[in-house]
Amino acid sequence: MQTHNYDVVIVGAGGAGMRAALESSARARTAVLSKLYPTRSHTGAAQGGMCAALANVEEDNWEWHTFDTVKGGDYLVDQDAAEVMAKEAIDAVLDLEKMGLPFNRTPEGRIDQRRFGGHTRNHGEAAVRRACYAADRTGHMILQTLYQQCVKNEVEFYNEFYVLDILLDSDLTAAEQPAAGAPVRVAGVVAYELATGEIHLFRATSVVLATGGAGKVFKTTSNAHTLTGDGMALALRAGLPLEDMEFFQFHPTGLAGLGILLSEAARGEGAILRNSEGERFMERYAPTIKDLAPRDIVARSMANEVREGRGCGPRKDYVLLDLTHLEPAHIEAKLPDITEFARTYLGIEPFTDPIPVYPTAHYAMGGVPTTIQAEVLRSNTDVVGGLFAAGEVACVSVHGSNRLGTNSLLDINVFGKRAGISAAAYAAEHEALELPEGPATRVVAELDRIRNAPDGEKVAELRQTLQETMDAHAQVFRTEESLTLALETVDDLRRRYRSIGVQDKGSTFNTDLLEAVELGFLLDLARVVVVGALARKESRGGHFREDFPKRDDDGFMYHTMAYARPAADGDTEITLDKKPVTVTRYQPMERKY
Amino acid sequence: MTATATSPDTSAAEVPTFDVTLRIRRFDPDAKAPVPYWQEFTVTAHGTDRVLDAMHKVKWELDGSLTFRRSCAHGVCGSDAMRINGVNRLACKTLLKDLAPHKPIVIEPIKGLTVVKDLVVDMDPFFASFREVMPFLITSGNTPSRERLQSPEQRARFDDTTKCILCAACTTSCPVFWTDGQYFGPAAIVNAHRFIFDSRDEGATQRLEVLNDSEGVWRCRTTFNCTDACPRGIEVTKAIAEVKRAMITRAI
Repeated sequence: MQTHNYDVVIVGAGGAGMRAALESSARARTAVLSKLYPTRSHTGAAQGGMCAALANVEEDNWEWHTFDTVKGGDYLVDQDAAEVMAKEAIDAVLDLEKMGLPFNRTPEGRIDQRRFGGHTRNHGEAAVRRACYAADRTGHMILQTLYQQCVKNEVEFYNEFYVLDILLDSDLTAAEQPAAGAPVRVAGVVAYELATGEIHLFRATSVVLATGGAGKVFKTTSNAHTLTGDGMALALRAGLPLEDMEFFQFHPTGLAGLGILLSEAARGEGAILRNSEGERFMERYAPTIKDLAPRDIVARSMANEVREGRGCGPRKDYVLLDLTHLEPAHIEAKLPDITEFARTYLGIEPFTDPIPVYPTAHYAMGGVPTTIQAEVLRSNTDVVGGLFAAGEVACVSVHGSNRLGTNSLLDINVFGKRAGISAAAYAAEHEALELPEGPATRVVAELDRIRNAPDGEKVAELRQTLQETMDAHAQVFRTEESLTLALETVDDLRRRYRSIGVQDKGSTFNTDLLEAVELGFLLDLARVVVVGALARKESRGGHFREDFPKRDDDGFMYHTMAYARPAADGDTEITLDKKPVTVTRYQPMERKY
Repeated sequence: MTATATSPDTSAAEVPTFDVTLRIRRFDPDAKAPVPYWQEFTVTAHGTDRVLDAMHKVKWELDGSLTFRRSCAHGVCGSDAMRINGVNRLACKTLLKDLAPHKPIVIEPIKGLTVVKDLVVDMDPFFASFREVMPFLITSGNTPSRERLQSPEQRARFDDTTKCILCAACTTSCPVFWTDGQYFGPAAIVNAHRFIFDSRDEGATQRLEVLNDSEGVWRCRTTFNCTDACPRGIEVTKAIAEVKRAMITRAI
């Protein structure tokens, strides 16, 4: 077992992690731990753009962007955080350009901008061109540019290291919690080196979680196989709360049957959704901005068309994304990758034929709760000293109950930067803690248990059951009945997981073992999603309850804070608390587009 | 670009399922006597399944010890480059039905990098070559307050090489790289090209000097393997030729 000492350890090397690293490594001794190589991170799969009110092509300002973000999130957004994000968006884009990001350009040579769902001029009058982009590869360019800058600045990476525990100086998993205001600090993390199977201890004054999302809770998803919610699950297991986990975004245009993302930029460039009758059905659901309504509304509208028998194809189970009226040269210039996805994976030529699409699990609005300085909260008011989070793993909350398109690439840049600065500042003011007694005991015991289980439960079987259950019962449409079914299944799977086994017993590159660990994360998170969804008896943003189809501000205008607390049977149970929403300028209104 | 297809009626539902045999090159470093060997697995695949889907079926249903890297599963993260029927490709972007699946599909690790386990190779030398070409924007003078201006034409000049996902399919398809691991390889040159031809960059001279090295661009024998291998459709050989030309005409 090796021990490493750093001022700052960053967990995850996607956009948020590397943006944090660029700040932190300039100020403090920093290590970045990634379970992949940095350029494999899923930031690279983001396509359409990153919004900022540059006003390069038409009138715009950050206040409109703030309003759109708040309204898009169905008023569950913390408005102070949204304002920070919209204001800092402008510098975030310019920073990336200065780092070398090859944005598309206007004829004058400025950064070009295009329309995106839910982004409007003057509080909803019409769609506005706010998304800065590089074809439909904006995330790829951001990931590459940040990695290039990390190379330039000689950032220290530990590639293919899985972080499997967060070490705190106080036990937050017990029923008895430290008093309000009592100091609780992070001491480091425990990591597993994939290449060797060795355990590494990282002692650090500050730790930044930037591990991304948990889309693999669902079967149909745009997310990578590796998006298993590691940081969220580790926080939950350490006794920290998770905020608003019931809100999961289903992106409207996943390739039918596959879930592969087709950017909203397609509709931004003029593509239209049609049902089996050829009707542009979004005119009925969002008369003003139609196909450019926010994702929750479009996804629900599509699912409703299919449910009412107006789906396409032999099983009438998808709708069509029609680009055929657009100039092929325009499509080729602005949307080269997604048209290639359609050709490669479905054998569809988008110049001449519409593309089969259906909603795909895309983004966790919820996550580890943080302040706008990216400090992780252990309760509604107390932070954990030295622990920070940014990006999809975190919940600031700038996305509320439904994130607007492009705001995730913005989130990782704005709050990644803030997390890096905060982490370095904390490290400059504090001494590192000694690691607790037997820091890796829990991790080693868990890995040994899985590796040595004789002919146990199979990872693939449990994972498939989980994902199919979540797709069937906790997706776009939810009811008390469906969620209860989902919870029963998840509880049963969690019981079966205790005897999980693997075939690969080796120490070198044992991905069989790590897939089992990742399944454990997914199961814990699925439980939080479903418990939160059951308790929220209203419909808001990405969470739609057919038995409670209206938003209920009197009953539910609060953030859900979910904790795993000890249960009588030796397991944990999820307990829910409420956190008030920060409202500054915008009182909740009915959400129409 | 990749395979284009025929008509929209060819939906997934209408392509029948079929059995496919994967013949996989395996290596277990933890074995008592670690030697590479071949192993065949037969799985049932669906119409639009990719090689990666079949490999997952093997790992998840038949042999959990089968080891390979993968992440995004749709050709943008660059994790799963491997040699499939003798050609470097991404397993997640190669459809089984396009490979004559009635015959065994031969899957090997990419060549020229040390095999760690099964299809996993040591990527560190590959990323080391990438780092050597200074793959980042180099500028001098004060940072402007707004964006640097760049015309659409200037932006288009290096568009092709911005698409690189560092999967190593090109470099490990290059016969020069196979015999000479010191050669920078196509991917590093592609990433140098991306900056040399960026109108905002001022580091071209330094990069061209690096690539004028005895292990630099002049080792390229223009076999076009790299261009054929690139899953992003980058014209790699053309980019290398442009770097060679730049060396002769402006810098060296």
